[in-house]
Amino acid sequence: MKTFNYLRATDVDVALQRIAVEPGARFLGGGTNLVDLMREGIEAPETLIDITRLPLDGIEELPDGGLRIGALVRNSDLAAHPVVRGRYPFLSQAILLGATGQIRNMATVGGNLLQRTRCLYFYDEASACNKREPGAGCAAREGFNRGNAVLGTSDACVATHPSDMAVALAAIDAVVEVRSSRGTRHIPLTEFHLLPGTTPHLESQLESDELITAVELPPLPVAAHSYYRKVRDRASYAFALVSVAAALDFGADGRIADVRLALGGVATKPWRARTAEQLLLGAAASEDSFATAAAAELAAAVPLPGNAFKIDLACRTVVAVLRRLTTERSGS
Amino acid sequence: MRLNCTVNGEARQADDVWAGESLLYVLRERLGLPGSKNACEQGECGSCTVYMDGTPVCACLVAAGQAEGRDVVTVEGIADGPVQQAFLAAGAVQCGFCTPGLVVAVHDLLARDSAPTDPEIREALAGNLCRCTGYEKILDAVRLAVQR
Ligand SMILES: Cc1cc2nc3c(=O)[nH]c(=O)nc-3n(C[C@H](O)[C@H](O)[C@H](O)COP(=O)(O)OP(=O)(O)OC[C@H]3O[C@@H](n4cnc5c(N)ncnc54)[C@H](O)[C@@H]3O)c2cc1C
Ligand code: FES
Ligand code: FES
Repeated sequence: MKTFNYLRATDVDVALQRIAVEPGARFLGGGTNLVDLMREGIEAPETLIDITRLPLDGIEELPDGGLRIGALVRNSDLAAHPVVRGRYPFLSQAILLGATGQIRNMATVGGNLLQRTRCLYFYDEASACNKREPGAGCAAREGFNRGNAVLGTSDACVATHPSDMAVALAAIDAVVEVRSSRGTRHIPLTEFHLLPGTTPHLESQLESDELITAVELPPLPVAAHSYYRKVRDRASYAFALVSVAAALDFGADGRIADVRLALGGVATKPWRARTAEQLLLGAAASEDSFATAAAAELAAAVPLPGNAFKIDLACRTVVAVLRRLTTERSGS
Repeated sequence: MRLNCTVNGEARQADDVWAGESLLYVLRERLGLPGSKNACEQGECGSCTVYMDGTPVCACLVAAGQAEGRDVVTVEGIADGPVQQAFLAAGAVQCGFCTPGLVVAVHDLLARDSAPTDPEIREALAGNLCRCTGYEKILDAVRLAVQR
């Protein structure tokens, strides 16, 4: 690991002033991704600004029924929070299906959003990777691409965004609050991550001097009826091949009155499935309408030899999750 | 830099710590506590599991500076409890490399839940890999520790 300076920030403004004058600096959250990447030599910041002592670790109920989550709230604490479990159960489920207890106890909300891809070739310094080294090429296209994305890909990059938590947040229409010495901005989570296009090394809208300070959840009654399902090679402790975050509610006429759907494991960013949502809204709940909506969402998929199976798997998982939510609603 | 933290109930200090060191390195190489093991150094195997401020973490991914002022408990700090004895009694130790991390993880599980079901045990220990035992004896050890 390259040597670097280490600073411990106890004040948000001081941290922001520091990063503004030191472009080579990076914030250190739980470190569960950054420390690993530094050890692998994939990231080499000149300065680490440890932000874990900043007072951004609270979860606050908002007057409108929403929730404000500090950027330094640990993943475990967020998953265990009674309001999250009651009003946004799929967010809690998504977090608990990621990583392990030891990792979730350290990992922060901000760091989870900014964790980097698990594409094998991004991690292997001997391979070509446009994300690691712009212009180098992409070894995943010709290589072992079972884990790679089918949606939102480009010629330059097929790496998935690995977060489970962010998939549920995309379905919730969460908003990311970011601050710099220039001021505060609010970015919808669905726009926070960037598609790779020709610049896969640029992964989010966050500027290098900006700190994520909070994530806000809007009040969302449909989210009380939600479910997160993660399909992976092992029953536990693996990144998603496909994951589905869904929330579903019915009107008095029995038709779908509200629906939220997002996909993980298949796309280059947390994937809000708006095409499917539009088809589902107002439709009768049936295997047919679920399957049609899922197929429409996946119609844009561009498979590689190793990951073509994900298209059918994603469709079937969407149908299974919607079926489950429908059964739960009619049973209650 | 100088690092101050509480380890197994005692105020400890380590000098000339490099910021890029892990808490695991500090514990093993500077504070003479080799119980926590260094295997993958990537957060994947759990052999380095220690308590930090009461929650189990992978010490290999904790940058030394992050431990400043924190309360750390290693496997050495819980050696007197029933968990380690149960591992011995159940024959859940072969090469022993995974054992210290598992002892901490099981200690935490039982502190949160005095009667975990088998699926709960499996999920709680998902972050602790063992390449020798096939896990059956480890499950036996947890059940035994529960009884005690
Ligand atoms: C073995 C293992 C298995 C895993 N499995 C899963 C899984 O199944 N599903 C899943 O979703 N995740 C998984 N993860 C990833 C884990 O969720 C992330 O490592 C974690 O969420 C990152 O959070 P952190 O606080 O530790 O981030 P850090 O490592 O501290 O930081 C990550 C990045 O975010 C930046 N950053 C952090 N906080 C802020 C902030 N407030 N403002 C601006 N920038 C910031 C850092 O500069 C860095 O670039 C796994 C990780 C490991 C090690
Ligand atoms: S050595 Fe820390 S998890 Fe493997
Ligand atoms: S006993 Fe050898 S790794 Fe578990």
